[in-house]
Amino acid sequence: MKGLIGRKLGMTQIFDEQGVMIPVTVLEVGPCYVTHVKTLPIDDYTAVQLGFGEIAEKRLAGGERGHLQRAKAPALKTTREFRLKEDELSEYDLGQKLLVDVIFSEGDSVDITGTSKGKGFQGGIKRHGFNRQPKTHGQSDRERSPGAAGAGSTPGRVYKGKRGPGHMGHERVTVHNLRVVKVDPERNLLAVKGAVPGPKNGLVTVSVARKTRGR
Amino acid sequence: MSYLLQSLEAQQLKENPPEIGIGDIVKVHNRIVEGRNERVQVFQGTVIATNGKGPSASFTVRKIGAHSVGVERIFRIHAPRVEKVEVVRHSKVRRAKLYFLRDRVGKRARLKQRRR
Repeated sequence: MKGLIGRKLGMTQIFDEQGVMIPVTVLEVGPCYVTHVKTLPIDDYTAVQLGFGEIAEKRLAGGERGHLQRAKAPALKTTREFRLKEDELSEYDLGQKLLVDVIFSEGDSVDITGTSKGKGFQGGIKRHGFNRQPKTHGQSDRERSPGAAGAGSTPGRVYKGKRGPGHMGHERVTVHNLRVVKVDPERNLLAVKGAVPGPKNGLVTVSVARKTRGR
Repeated sequence: MSYLLQSLEAQQLKENPPEIGIGDIVKVHNRIVEGRNERVQVFQGTVIATNGKGPSASFTVRKIGAHSVGVERIFRIHAPRVEKVEVVRHSKVRRAKLYFLRDRVGKRARLKQRRR
């Protein structure tokens, strides 16, 4: 699962070669640095740890600073791990700088993972798509209430995992198979067709699509 | 909006976008793809509205088609398929949206000409 770390900038529209307008989400992806390589003998699995987002060195805690200095990488805000196959590991050296166009090109399918916008405490209708109750026929004050939660004296309780009102959003969400519409290596921009989870400036990881359907 | 997003949008815009005024009679040269052929179709009518800004900015052109059927088409100002917009004449108008023309037929649907 090759990928990079980035930041969501927002949505806009661009014209493709046919002159058709497509909605895109623009992401600032990379430059990322290889901060750690995990190998089979030491870690029992293979992965690379990438870092993104240059910050002032004084913003780092001591341990983080040492970790990045050993990788000869600049001071970075975030690190994320990408699981790799054993043979892919040789492409990565500690401290190596990775730009968008190294991994992605126009027409590729990518998976994007982010943290969705928090919606706070929401009712069952918005959160799970429950149906509303009737507004008329003697109904008075429970148009959006969840209704009955369970059966009678058998089983005499509400099943665990019963859907209901509660906190919605602010969770890890992955969207699969978004098409890369534009890659701009000079400004580290990546434009994908469609929406991406999370707010503007939210952290996202972009990886090569895991399930491609004959594309 | 972040400056990076703005700079990407700016690339989408035409360098010399056609100058379109409300009420103008225009000829829109629109490239259309028919199977493998490409040709330019001209749509002539009155600009009755403009909408939006940035790459999605558009304008609405209304004409009276065959059998006196009103036809309206919406074009994107910066679309590469809109090759050229010729202004035939300007009109004297006092509002930004000329939707009232939809309810008018025949001679009442004319606009007064304005010379520039």
